Amino acid sequence: MGFDRREFIKIAGISALAGLGSRAAFELLQPGELEATSASYAANQGALNAKRWAMVIDMQKCLPQEGCKDCMHRCHRLHNVPDFGNAKDEIKWIWKEAFAHAFPEQESEYLAERLHHEPFVVLCNHCANPPCVRVCPTKATFKRKQDGIVTMDMHRCIGCRFCMAACPYGSRSFNWRDPRGRNAQGEPFLEEINREYPTRNKGVVEKCNFCVERLAQGKNPACVEACRHGALVFGDLADDHSEVREILREHYTIRRKPELGTDPSVFYIV
Amino acid sequence: MMLYDAGKIIAGLVIFAAFFTVPFWYGGGKTSEMPKLELTAQARQAGQCVEPKERMRQDHMQLLDDWRDAAVRDGNRTYTSSTGKSYTVSLQNTCMDCHSNKDKFCDRCHGYMGVSQLYCWDCHLDPTEEKTVWASTDGNS
Ligand code: HEC
Ligand code: HEC
Ligand code: HEC
Repeated sequence: MGFDRREFIKIAGISALAGLGSRAAFELLQPGELEATSASYAANQGALNAKRWAMVIDMQKCLPQEGCKDCMHRCHRLHNVPDFGNAKDEIKWIWKEAFAHAFPEQESEYLAERLHHEPFVVLCNHCANPPCVRVCPTKATFKRKQDGIVTMDMHRCIGCRFCMAACPYGSRSFNWRDPRGRNAQGEPFLEEINREYPTRNKGVVEKCNFCVERLAQGKNPACVEACRHGALVFGDLADDHSEVREILREHYTIRRKPELGTDPSVFYIV
Repeated sequence: MMLYDAGKIIAGLVIFAAFFTVPFWYGGGKTSEMPKLELTAQARQAGQCVEPKERMRQDHMQLLDDWRDAAVRDGNRTYTSSTGKSYTVSLQNTCMDCHSNKDKFCDRCHGYMGVSQLYCWDCHLDPTEEKTVWASTDGNS
């Protein structure tokens, strides 16, 4: 064949140009909506929304109700939080902490004298500047862009526990055991099951999620709903007219370890 | 044509061919029947899945991944399907509400297709399973 190298290169070049210009190649280089489906996702209608969810805990209403654990029981039951029966393995979403431990920086003040041993209701502070989020290597813990809630994507948690080391409030617990298991006496760690919410499994960390699944259904967090004494108030910190802002205007409040720069979203009236 | 060590090579090929087709001989040359999937009364009444059946069969794993990201990461819990119907984005409360006979539906097909046991049920509640079935003794298993 009379087909020299020069001619071959010419033809090859032209073919390549023609190929590039073709429709298939165009779409390869510029991926478009080849397979657009008409399905779509949206937030639920009637969901509760805020720019920055926050909580005010009125300890003047809470402390007189000695021994009351309504908020804790409701939260832990709804979220299938197991009771492993010992303090070392305890899983905590909302719990009680002595004032001196919860607010160590207030220790030296006279305030502390009165409150030293008093049990304070504590939970995740849903910090505006959350150290747990910063250290998580898989982004399993993240801060929701829409409302500032610090929550977890359980599917990504690899159980490394960096977040537990990073959180200055002890708001994160590790599942050292299988929450669906039983203790040596054969009693299940989960007394009752809420079949609408998942459990966790052995080897993941968990924490309070400010009830994202309930907010999506237009309901207040479980602890807020459970408190019969009106000691827990939930609302939008970014909204001048919200109930939490009203309370913050009228009362002196403190937050846990604000000096660390985490900017907590949980406030206490003492 | 020259073939060095023809005897060894041909013997090797025969053995290879025999090994390779063992599953076929073992099964007597028949393919096993796809087990029949059962629909619950609720599913039958609905008449359709969240997406057309063919798409569900092929893509339900992908859809579940999308659902999980939509609900957990984006807070979007309403799914409007290509059929125009809206569903709550939830494995436990939507899929398994209709397919509450998981053992005769999901598990049957997965068993046949050789899909290993899903770890999803370590956390999401299996509608066919009572709590008593869970890890029988201690939680350290
Ligand atoms: C470590 C425990 C765990 C495992 C394992 C797990 N999930 Fe989840 N999943 C959760 C939790 C917790 C939520 C949050 C529920 C909520 O916010 O309503 C969730 C939410 C979801 C959601 C969205 C909300 C809902 O109610 O369904 C989907 C979809 C989902 N998971 C699918 C899966 C699939 C599919 C698998 C297996 C491939 C799986 N998950 C494995 C714990 C788990
Ligand atoms: C409203 C009830 C309903 C809901 C909710 C539902 N399904 Fe279905 N599903 C059906 C029905 C009915 C069929 C059979 C459709 C048919 O035969 O055309 C089906 C079929 C399927 C199939 C194909 C079975 C086959 O024969 O190949 C799969 C897979 C499936 N569903 C998975 C799911 C998953 C995963 C979800 C959640 C994302 C889900 N379904 C939610 C009713 C439902
Ligand atoms: C018609 C057959 C069929 C039915 C019915 C079916 N599946 Fe599947 N499913 C498959 C196949 C095949 C795969 C594996 C796909 C792969 O490996 O790529 C799979 C994979 C999955 C995966 C991903 C598993 C993994 O390890 O990544 C999930 C999650 C899943 N199915 C959930 C369900 C649920 C929930 C149901 C019942 C509501 C269901 N499937 C019903 C055929 C089926």
